[in-house]
Amino acid sequence: MKPAKFEYHTPASVDEALAILGRYDGEARVLAGGQSLVPMMNFRLAMPRAIVDLNRIAELAYIGGDGDVVRIGSMTRQRRLEFEPLVAAKLPLLRQALRWVGHLPTRSRGTIGGSIAHADPSAEIPMVLQALEGEIVARGPQGERRIAAQDLFHAALTTSLAPLEIITEVRLPAMPPRTAYAVEEFARRKGDFAIAAVAVMLVRDGERCTKARLATAGVAPASIRLRDAEAVLEQKGLSEAAITEAADKAMTEVDPVSDLNGSAEYRRHLTGVLTRRAVLKAIAPAT
Amino acid sequence: MSEVREVRLTVNGKSYQGRCEPRKLLVDFVREDLGLTGTHIGCEHGICGACTILFNGEAARSCLMFAVQAQGAELVTVEGLAKGDELHPLQQAFHEHHALQCGFCTPGMLIAALDFLATNPAPTEDEIREGISSVLCRCTGYVNIVKAVAAAAETMRAANAPKLGA
Repeated sequence: MKPAKFEYHTPASVDEALAILGRYDGEARVLAGGQSLVPMMNFRLAMPRAIVDLNRIAELAYIGGDGDVVRIGSMTRQRRLEFEPLVAAKLPLLRQALRWVGHLPTRSRGTIGGSIAHADPSAEIPMVLQALEGEIVARGPQGERRIAAQDLFHAALTTSLAPLEIITEVRLPAMPPRTAYAVEEFARRKGDFAIAAVAVMLVRDGERCTKARLATAGVAPASIRLRDAEAVLEQKGLSEAAITEAADKAMTEVDPVSDLNGSAEYRRHLTGVLTRRAVLKAIAPAT
Repeated sequence: MSEVREVRLTVNGKSYQGRCEPRKLLVDFVREDLGLTGTHIGCEHGICGACTILFNGEAARSCLMFAVQAQGAELVTVEGLAKGDELHPLQQAFHEHHALQCGFCTPGMLIAALDFLATNPAPTEDEIREGISSVLCRCTGYVNIVKAVAAAAETMRAANAPKLGA
């Protein structure tokens, strides 16, 4: 099918974009990379009165860092992040997860901010934002505010962003050197929506695990942290028994749905399997 | 009533201009307004990859963009691959390895493979399979496409390698 008619705007700045959005009183949609919104418009699942295209706003595409935090403009393409040395050095978990985000031709257009704002339950970038405890910067009529990952994702395709707010920046804490990390995902075809995925970040001190962060995709209405599993690893370390217990906990924390790609029980099972695999992969000696 | 916009862009090195509504998909603009029907349109929601083109040098789904977004852009479509009668190494390899049957996915497959080889000039078989996974083919079973991309990669590497004694 073809999209319904809409009025088209190409603001050159965030201020201009916000002014245009305000004029439509919630009936306009922001267009970032378009890899989710345009299919919805082609199917006429979305029929916005106007499109505010952010693709001409140069100030929203950048990657920068001042030591502990990597700052990424919301319109930065996923593909640029995939090949960016700063991401490889400071956010290797994000880099690994990006290989699971759609395909190279969709990553050419898809943006980090668009993926977060869309909040697909199976999307990998929200999962990374959760695992790394990142935050976003949003601007709206009332000015600028920061929203932590744990306060952002409410339900499928639903965030705590206000209708007239735009994500301008994504802030991810740089991963300390020697942080163990891994992404494990199961999908029918690489690049398809995740049936289940788990991202793991572990900070170790000898035999102990001083910090464990585990987050999911595909197994709850929105990406969630596996806090019980994290607690097991932080209290009991990374022994075989502790990893098994954490994986069992993970299965009880998720809230999956059944659909064509898998039943809720299957997704729950996969959560345990992928949690275990991700932790083992993260702590495996480098080859 | 939606206004009509003018779109100026470059396709395969040649300047074009046309007029369309903002809702017109880039793939429809390329096919209907510019008359370049080599790019195919399949699913219209970003899954099949038949409409893959190079947008400012990078592969992208032309069914997931509006033509107005291509204002000032440089596109490469399948028509831009051959030089006159001389096929592009990828096209030659697809021909030699019987990597197409009905040919519907082929324009997208060639462009996706071109972009993939630009990012990974010496891929393993697994990497090729992942690289072309963005385009669906219902005829070949992919085996011959994988062979063709591997062969083209070798040809393109040899063509780009510094000559001995140069």
